[in-house]
Parts: sequence; structure tokens; C-alpha cells
Amino acid sequence: MKTLKTLLMALTLVAAPSALLAQAAPAPVPPPVAADAAATAPAAPAAETAATPAPAFDHAAPDAKIGQPQPEGLHLQPQVTEIGEEAAWMHDVVLMPIITVISLFVLALLLWVVIRYRAKANPVPSRTSHNTFIEVVWTLVPVLILLVIAVPSIQLLANQYAPPKADLTVKVIGNQWYWTYQYPDNGDFELVSNMLPDEEAKKRGEPRMLGVDERMVVPVGATVKLIVTSNDVIHAFAVPAFWQKMDAVPGRLNETWFKAERTGVYYGQCSELCGARHGYMPIAVEVVTPERFAAWVASKGGTMPGAGGAKNPDATATSPAIGNAPAPAAANDNAGGLTTPAPAVDAAAPAAADHQAATKN
Amino acid sequence: MTDTTATAAHFQAHDDHAHHHDADHKPAFFARWFMSTNHKDIGTLYLIFAIMAGVIGGAISGMMRLELAQPGIQYLPIWAGTDNFDTALHMWNVLITAHGLIMVFFMVMPAIIGGFGNWFVPIMIGAPDMAFPRMNNISFWLLIPAFTLLLGSTFVSGGTGNGAGTGWTVYAPLSTSGSAGPSVDMAILSLHLAGASSILGAINFITTIFNMRAPGMTLHKMPLFVWSVLVTAFLLLLALPVLAAAITMLLTDRNFGTTFYDASGGGDPVLYQHLFWFFGHPEVYIMILPGFGIISQIVSTFSRKPVFGYLGMAYAMVAIGVVGFIVWAHHMFTTGMDVNTKMYFTAATMVIAVPTGIKIFSWIATMWGGSLSFKTPMLWAIGFIFMFTVGGVTGVVLANGGVDNYMHDTYYVVAHFHYVLSLGAVFSLFAGFYYWFGKMTGRQYNELLGQLHFWVFFVGVNILFFPMHFLGLDGMPRRIPDYPDAFAHYNQLATTGYMIMAAGVAIFFVNVFWSLFAGKKVGGNYWGEGATTLEWTLSSPPPYHQFEQLPKID
Repeated sequence: MKTLKTLLMALTLVAAPSALLAQAAPAPVPPPVAADAAATAPAAPAAETAATPAPAFDHAAPDAKIGQPQPEGLHLQPQVTEIGEEAAWMHDVVLMPIITVISLFVLALLLWVVIRYRAKANPVPSRTSHNTFIEVVWTLVPVLILLVIAVPSIQLLANQYAPPKADLTVKVIGNQWYWTYQYPDNGDFELVSNMLPDEEAKKRGEPRMLGVDERMVVPVGATVKLIVTSNDVIHAFAVPAFWQKMDAVPGRLNETWFKAERTGVYYGQCSELCGARHGYMPIAVEVVTPERFAAWVASKGGTMPGAGGAKNPDATATSPAIGNAPAPAAANDNAGGLTTPAPAVDAAAPAAADHQAATKN
Repeated sequence: MTDTTATAAHFQAHDDHAHHHDADHKPAFFARWFMSTNHKDIGTLYLIFAIMAGVIGGAISGMMRLELAQPGIQYLPIWAGTDNFDTALHMWNVLITAHGLIMVFFMVMPAIIGGFGNWFVPIMIGAPDMAFPRMNNISFWLLIPAFTLLLGSTFVSGGTGNGAGTGWTVYAPLSTSGSAGPSVDMAILSLHLAGASSILGAINFITTIFNMRAPGMTLHKMPLFVWSVLVTAFLLLLALPVLAAAITMLLTDRNFGTTFYDASGGGDPVLYQHLFWFFGHPEVYIMILPGFGIISQIVSTFSRKPVFGYLGMAYAMVAIGVVGFIVWAHHMFTTGMDVNTKMYFTAATMVIAVPTGIKIFSWIATMWGGSLSFKTPMLWAIGFIFMFTVGGVTGVVLANGGVDNYMHDTYYVVAHFHYVLSLGAVFSLFAGFYYWFGKMTGRQYNELLGQLHFWVFFVGVNILFFPMHFLGLDGMPRRIPDYPDAFAHYNQLATTGYMIMAAGVAIFFVNVFWSLFAGKKVGGNYWGEGATTLEWTLSSPPPYHQFEQLPKID
């Protein structure tokens, strides 16, 4: 059933992302802030609460059905990345059936011997203590089963480590006990992300212990490269809906990536014991349309790489931006101009390409 | 000095067969229990120690389940006696740390190796005692200061609050720069002592098994429990020095300005994890292998049939021991390892399922065609086989590095290792306890209470731990004192399961105390023809010094 559901979900995601998007949040508690922001036109100028000089940005309301744990949930959270779907398929379609069958098989054998060979039914025990054939069978059959598991498992690992060309880099830094996110491609601004107190979370329609004051915001369909590290002890950056988890180790730059295929808000929690408030440093990632991403970056006082609003992560689909030959502005990959915090000077483009090539490991 | 004379008398008794009862001459109370060199007495001490530690460790898990019963923080500030929220939360980390360390180092290991190993390995191989009786004594008594240090560490500062809040893994830099105060130092020294105790014990077992087998007791005739302890002793001997090195470097990082695990001084926090898990993974087999041995003896006894595929069973344990040393980094899949490393550790880890499968199927084959009676030990053994299978198959899920990305450090992992330990190792402990209770005390346990204990405990632990799989799949991280409201349902269910389990443990204690004083007296072999190992040739309890005339095997 789980399997079916996952597959169905995957299908839906592939077929009609916009449809999914449109139905927005059937949240039980009507979120007081910016209802259905995701559904309404992106990058609406909307200005109500914010008093900052930068243009205001309306964050989307979370969807109670996706991107966060489900009450009495029995299975994996729905996945919104290709890797996540592949891994969930691996779990739901390959592993779960195999381990269920094995467990039931052992249970059945146990029940059978318990009933058939109880002293009353079988007063005289046999003396059999060897049977080479059966021993070879129960050694080789598990080997075969493991081989069946190993093939997709190794493939999954290989895929996890073969990211498409990155469209955006975010540096994720763990601290006791909050996260900071840096956007080197967008003017290198930094966000400090703290958990919302319970009352505040309730007020904003966010799940308790998961809502944060500053979400990490990324464009939909974009390959986001994460550089994960820590300022103090080891933390772990985890977003279940992306099948993503990476330790934040002080003194190390761990690289990982994700490519979210659906807009929405996705929550996770620190997943390595990091001291007193380990349970109180959630992660919230908001996936938005490219236009809204540009608006959000502007609201943070950041800059978009290249000129104006030409930002489109869809470029990754056919990867036209691989060769670094093309002229400066034209088909430039949206992640060009990375690093240089200086206002969009295209001279940085070649350097950026180098940086991208060094992605491995 | 006195010991030397005792030994001389001992040799005299050898010469004079008419005075066999001299073998039962016991020292006075203090000398017998505080200066003991007798493997059975030391085994008893280990068992009593393990039971007391188990009560403390179990009570701590009760506190954890109580706090987790509903969303929000209810009890921590009260228990910590503070208004400071961070200090209260630190207490949570102290609880999880203490629970882990106590259950691993002071409950399961002392009970299964120190307790049953000491009691029955010498007897099963037809030896009068362990090879180094006085070293045996120090092995046990090192545990007392070790445990005292660990308990004492909860009363001194560990940084944010009192006690060591590092988790049983003591990862740097949370355990170094992240935990000021003497608490973590005390916990580390506690592990040093417990480790030294285990290394000495391991040396003792290896020497005993290699050199003190009765004539005719070849390696391939040894009972499987002895095989299991032999393999375990080698794991201890090879793994614990690595832990000692790892935590010594922690200690110097903390106190003497070294930077083994500090990147700012050229060290690496991940190095600690490699060293720790090089010990830590064999450690999980150290906890379960003797249990495998116990289950083999019990299944054979109550099937009235020899163990099926004896050699396969013995060498499956050897294989598990060997492979157990080369899979450690599956505990570190999310530390940012290279993809090839991850592929290797995925494949190597899955290999362990093969010898484990051999054991499961061989136990069932032992029962196949047997004449089964379902006394309490057999119930625990059958429960073990199924529960260990469930814990084992979720291990196969976690073995996949790509899949583990999701499960890592979630309750799925908690469910997995409690199925193999709390329903695996602990089931084997209870099985062994009921199996040998009459042999050790001379009085039989109460069968009705024993069966009741099994069923209540079995239902309880399954309600306690099975929902944790769902919590993990739904994404709940480990080691958090409060959780998003969506996780409330199964947490509450788990706490209910804990209470049922606790009722089962209460029945156990009633049974133990009732049986000690009023249990039916039993003869040498109260299990009948199925019980074929040497302990059943002796009286119950066995004479203070057995086998002064070495038995001849076949």
C-alpha cells in the first residue's frame, strides 16, 4: 500500500506539478499569515507586516500533508526529490517486501515446529544433526537475496553522489543551537535561523518545534549544492522529504546536494546530538518558484547573479550551460557570478565554472 | 599467603579420594565474597552486580519514557531541580548517556560474559576453575569503581548542567570543548576501568578455554556456549584497546591541550568516530554472541536433540566475529564519507546477514524433528529467535548507505538496536537465567511465574519498541526530549509498552526471591536427557570445587 502510494505520488509529481501546487494547503488550522501564498501569483508585491526597508516577502504556509511528520504516520515522508523517490522506492518496493517475507517465513517455520514437534505430537526426537544440502541452501539463498538488494543499493549510492551541475550554492553552518545559511551566489548574505517559540509558531500556523524565524529558501527544480559545516560541535542537517542528511562537522566542509521538484515548506531537525538544545534547532526549507526566489533574495538585500530576472533553474533539464564557452550574459548559467559579492560583474564567470567543476567529493 | 596454603590443601585433597567433601570447604563470608577466587562465586557476584545495574539503567529508561509520554517538557526541570531550561534539557542528555553506558557496560556485558561465562565455561569444558582465579577477582572488582565513577559523574558539572550529556558514544567535540567540568572525565575513566576489566576477563577466558579443557574435550567438541565466549573474548581483546586509545586521546584533548580531535589544531573529530566504532561495532557482537551460545544450549536441551549443524554454528560465530571488525563505518554514513567507502561498507555490512541467517535456520532445524517441551527457558529462546530476526532484517535495511541517509539517527535505528539488544541479548539473558537458575542455586524457579514473566515482558517490549519503527520512518530524530506533536501517538504507545514491560520485570523479581527461599530443591540434571553438557553431571548447586578428578570426554 505504501508502495502504491509512493508510486502514485511520484506519478502525480511527474505529471502535474502545477496541479499539485494549485491545491496548496488544506491545512486544518487556517494559517493566519498570507493564506495560500503559494497558490496565488508568485512574487506578488504584497506588503502588510514587514517594516524593513527591503521589499517585503510573503512566506508560504506549510502544507500539513507534506514536508513534515504525519500524526500516526506509518511510513516514509513523501519525497519531493528524484533521489528521495528512488530511495523511497528502494525501501518500499525492494527492502520492505523482502524483510517482511523473511520475518514471516521465520515466524511460520517457528510456528510449524512448535505445533508439529511438541512433545505430545512427537514423543521420540530424531537424531538428525547434519544435512549438507540444506545447509548449503540456507547459505546460498541469503547470498542471492543480498545480491538482489545490493544492485539497486549501490546504484542509489552512485546517484546520490552524481549531482547535476549546481544552480545555487548554500553554505549551511550548525551552531549551538541554531542554523545559519549563507548565499555566496547571491551577494553572500547570511540568515540566522532560530526555532520559533511555541506560541509564536502557533500564531504563524507553523508546526510546533519545527517552525523557524528564517527559512532557507531555494528555487524549485534547481540543483542546490550544500556546503555543510559547524562552528562548534557536530550537528546534522536533515530534511526527510529530500532524503537528505549530512553531518555538520567543525573543521570540515561536507558537500551534498538536493533538487526539490515541488514548491512548499519542508521541515527537518538536527540529527546529531549537539548538547542541551539539540532537540530545538529545526530546519525549514522553503522551495519557491524562481521568480519568488528572486523576490526573496531582493528582500534580503541580496543580488541575483547575472543581469536582472533572467534567472531560470530549468536550464538544468537539458544542461545547455555546461560548456563555459558561451558569451557572458546570454545563456549564462544562473549560478555564474557565484562567490563575488561585488555587484554582478560577469568577469567572475570563468572562475565560477572552475569552482563548479571541482564539485566532486 | 593464605591462598597458598589453601592451594596446598587442595592438592592434598586430590591425593585422598576418601575426603571428597573437602572440595566443598568454603571460606568465611568476607573471604568468600570479597576476596573470591572461585569462578562460581565470581560469576554470582557478576550476576548480582548486573541485575542491580540493570534496575538502575531500566529505571532511567522509565524516566525517559515518562518524559516522552506526551509532547512538551513535563518532568526534566523537576528532576534536575532547576528553573534553568538549558540545565533541565542537559539532564535529558545525561539520562540517555547513562542509560546507554549502564546497559552496555554494566548490565549486558557483566551478566552474559562475567556472569554466565564465569559460571559455566569452566564447568562445560571440564575445568576446576578459570586459568587465573585472582585476575578473575580483579576483573570483577574493577567494575565497582568503574560504576561508582559513572554514577558519581552525574553529581558533578558536565557543562550545561550536572552529569555527562554526550551520549554513550562520547563524540568529540561535544565531549571535549562542548562539555566543561569534571563529569565527562569521570565517565571516561569509568570506561577505562570497565574496559580494563573486560580485557583481563577476555585474557582469562582465552587461556582457560585453550589450556584447561578436560581430556578428550577437543575444540570441535566444546559446547556452543563455550565457542561463543571464546569468540567474544577475542573480540574484547582486539576491540577494547582501541576504545582505550580513543578515550585516552579524548582525555588528553580535554585536559592536556592535545588536539587529536580538534580541527583547529590539525586533528579531526571524525577520527574519534572511526576509532570509537572500530570498537563499537564488535561491541554489539560482544553483547549478542554469548547469547547465541546460550540459545543453542537451550534449544538443544528442550528439543531433546543435538544442535543441528554444529560446525556451521561454531564457524558462523567466528565469521560474524571476523566480519564484525570490518564494517564499523556503517555507523558513520552521514559524516561525509567518500562514495566508494560507503559502497564498501554497505556491501560488507550486508555480508553479516549470511552467518546470522545460518544461525537462525540452524536453531529451527535443531527443533525440527525434536520433541519440544515449552519450559520458561525455551519460551525465551523461541522469542529470541523471532525477535532477533526482526531486529536483524531492519539491520539489513540500515546497512544500505543510500537508504540509511533517511533513517540515520532516527528512531528507526533505536527500534533496530533495541530489537537485537533489548529483545535479543536481554531475552537470551533471561533464557539463561531460567535455564541455569536451579543449577546455580539448587532451587528451581516457579514455572507459572516464569511463563507469566515471559508473556508480559514479550508483549510489553513489543509495544514499547515496535512503534519506534514508525516514528523513525516518520522522521523522528533520536535523543530529543520533546518532539513535534505529530509524533505524540506512538510515543505514548511506547510508554504504555514500557509500563507493561516493567510489570513483567516485577514478576521476575517476585519469582527470584520466592524461588531463592521456597523453590523446589532440584537434583543434578533437572532438564532430563536433552541436557547433555557437563554442568548437568554435577549436583545443583555444583560442589565448591568441581572436577578434582578431570572428566574424560568420550
